[in-house]
Amino acid sequence: MSFTIATSPHTHQRRTTQQVMRWVYLCMVPGVAALTYFFGWGVWLQMLLALITAIFTEAACMWLRGRSARFAWRDHTAIVTALLLAVSIPAYAPWWIIVIGTSFSIVVVKHVYGGVGQNLFNPAMAGYVLLLISFPVQMTSWPVPQSLGQYTINFADSVSLVGSGYTQSGYNMEQLRTGIDGATMATPLDSMKTDLSRSLTPTEALAKPIFNDIAGVGWMWVNIAFLLGGLALIYLKIISWHIPGGLLLGLAVPSILISLFAPGQAIGLSVHLLSGATMLGAFFIATDPVTAATSNRGRLYFGLLIGFLTFVIRTWGGYPDGVAFAVLLANMCVPVIDKYTQPIAYGHGGRS
Amino acid sequence: MTADPKTIAAGHIWTFPGGIHPPERKELSNTYPLRELPLATHYSVPIKQHSGEPGDIIVRVGQTVLAGQPLTQVGVGFGLPVHAPTSGTVTAIGPGRIAHPSGLPDIVITITADGKDTFAPPLPIQDVATASRADLLEQLRQAGIAGLGGAGFPTAQKLALQRPLDYLIINGVECEPYISADDRLMREHATTILRGTDLLLDITQCPQALIAIEDNKPEAIAAMQAALTDYPRMQLRVVPTKYPSGGEKQLIQLLTGRQVPSRGLPIDIGLVMHNVGTAYAVARAIDHGEPLLQRVVTVTGEHVAKPGNYWVRLGTPVEHVLQVTRYTAEINQRVIMGGPMMGFTLPDLTVPVVKITNCILVPSTAELAPPQQEMPCIRCGACADVCPAQLLPQQLQWLAKAKDYDGLNQQNLFDCIECGACAYVCPSEIPLVHYYRKAKAEVRNIAREKAKAEVARERFEARNERLEREKAERLERHRKAAEARKQAQAEAVKAGADNPQDAVQAAIARAKARKAAQLKEQQANSETDGESS
Repeated sequence: MSFTIATSPHTHQRRTTQQVMRWVYLCMVPGVAALTYFFGWGVWLQMLLALITAIFTEAACMWLRGRSARFAWRDHTAIVTALLLAVSIPAYAPWWIIVIGTSFSIVVVKHVYGGVGQNLFNPAMAGYVLLLISFPVQMTSWPVPQSLGQYTINFADSVSLVGSGYTQSGYNMEQLRTGIDGATMATPLDSMKTDLSRSLTPTEALAKPIFNDIAGVGWMWVNIAFLLGGLALIYLKIISWHIPGGLLLGLAVPSILISLFAPGQAIGLSVHLLSGATMLGAFFIATDPVTAATSNRGRLYFGLLIGFLTFVIRTWGGYPDGVAFAVLLANMCVPVIDKYTQPIAYGHGGRS
Repeated sequence: MTADPKTIAAGHIWTFPGGIHPPERKELSNTYPLRELPLATHYSVPIKQHSGEPGDIIVRVGQTVLAGQPLTQVGVGFGLPVHAPTSGTVTAIGPGRIAHPSGLPDIVITITADGKDTFAPPLPIQDVATASRADLLEQLRQAGIAGLGGAGFPTAQKLALQRPLDYLIINGVECEPYISADDRLMREHATTILRGTDLLLDITQCPQALIAIEDNKPEAIAAMQAALTDYPRMQLRVVPTKYPSGGEKQLIQLLTGRQVPSRGLPIDIGLVMHNVGTAYAVARAIDHGEPLLQRVVTVTGEHVAKPGNYWVRLGTPVEHVLQVTRYTAEINQRVIMGGPMMGFTLPDLTVPVVKITNCILVPSTAELAPPQQEMPCIRCGACADVCPAQLLPQQLQWLAKAKDYDGLNQQNLFDCIECGACAYVCPSEIPLVHYYRKAKAEVRNIAREKAKAEVARERFEARNERLEREKAERLERHRKAAEARKQAQAEAVKAGADNPQDAVQAAIARAKARKAAQLKEQQANSETDGESS
């Protein structure tokens, strides 16, 4: 009788790409829960729309490429891309925003470059930047945390807002963003940026109701929740600490320095770390292995670069947050980082 | 780079980067004592069972042989002979299946056993204490001893290198899952192994030995520890269980903190390593004159009814081994020679057990699932985290697929030890090691082609040069001959002979005169014509 020929090793650790990706989105649960708690059900609608779009566009791309759609679905990478984009955009952005963004992420950023593993840019962030540049109004209309808003938004309102732009009672997004004081409320980073540009001191800027918590109402807890999920990812060995560690360090060190030397321009360490997309970016977005550096040392530099660029954009750039831009810029630097951070192989003069 | 000798002597255990902890499954086989495998009816002995040149065949078909009688003879160089595993008749010499991943045949001597198992008289060294180093090495060579750990490098050749040594390392780590051959050998033959180690120390003129065992073999550690009291030159080192700590380079790093230079040998950093099985074989060859006829083979896997460790004669067909141990085969059954990490599958069971066969593994699909479909690399870097050689396996994979040989070289492809840790953890189930082996073969082929082209170019240039030289010589010869002729003429004229030049001159003068006469005649004719018209 004849026997099956196989190549060594004949044993495998059963952790597939699908399992890795599943852990990534399972660890997003605390963050999503916090978003839901503070901003209502919108994020779930965005996730649903993003998933549907991702699954269909991925299948269409695979069909056009003459391959099996099931093969691409099996790795669950599109699900992660869709979910990351969905939690990144304002919770009540109109439905076509997430559809356009997800389609762009999957079709152009992922499949045009050759599908999973071949893309140069982080698909979720490239999609986000496309949306931010094309639709600045919709993309900056973050709802007010529910504790500060005049109106409560129930699930039916959420569906109506995402679908038509109005709640069931006919309020639009602009009206909903009005705080209890009657002024339109911005996100913490936006509010901070505007106030600092109007020559207010950071202390005055922090006196706004949005900063009733240390780093912004709601936003602080959202960031803490993503941090918890991220720590779980490290504990589960899905990601290594190098990228998030580097990113947070690259953001924290310059923000401490600027607080010391130019306090008038300083956003402040706690706001930097616990507001905007910091923790989501550090643990879930920048850690996308495909578009990150490959060696651990390279990953540390990659993270540091993103953190520093985020700080620069937030402090001097035209946008309140800069994680997405920073990630894309760092993606461009990956080949160079990889070239200069190749580990010393055994027997090439390294130390034991 | 060299670690402090005192730290080494103090028993410090360093660490090596990466590594994995696959299920060990050694309990399947390591609980049974060593057993003799019953004799087979026929044996196929490949003439090449070590890395190096085979010997010349010195038996013919129809000849009767005794167990231990050499079947091949080695001349100069470092080939190794093979021996008849039992007494019987040589029934065939020709191509047959051998234990090689390629499945390609090689020359095999088939012996039909007579069942008597009569041994040729052993030829022990009379007085080991006074025997010369050369005699001991020759004894090991004639005994056909090759490294039993896996590479099959001729032991005498390894020992022949004379360089100052700090340590002899005896490798009893056996980190590959399932295999327990060295484990059982250490438990039951600790004294013989240490006797062999003692001989190896003498031959290499090395001051001391380290004996390394993984901490998952407490019985072997205890047995060796007990036997070590008689040998002050040796120390036991227990290393933590991690694959591939038994790899030569990794074990050196663990015990000494040193790294074997790329493309170098352990001896370059004052170390030499032998497997416990080799140490055992050395003792038997020198003290008892026994050639290498058998080795311990772990027969294991859920599809073997009687797993365990067996003394198997070299040349025993795997089929016989598996029949004795009562195997069952499922659909798409794999039979692996070696362990699950680095072993290779056999195309059929006619393949014989050879010097490097440490395990025959017949797994069920439940215990070792067959490989899944290869998915695209997502650059997750899990492979780089476990690579003990500190390479970037996924970069190597991209470069291997792109056939970028310069890039592969720059990423140190040839420092890959093919341990399989990267492929073990790969979430996309990419057969990474397979890509590297293929790329290595391609690079070697290119180098070979290049060398060939270089030889051809040299030959072409040499030929052109020769033609040029011959032409120049020919011209020179002609010139010289012409000169000599002229000189001879001149001398002849001087001596009063007719100058041939005079005749030439006369002939020229005659021709000129004739031409002039013709011209005159023509002119005369034309004048008369003019007058007549």
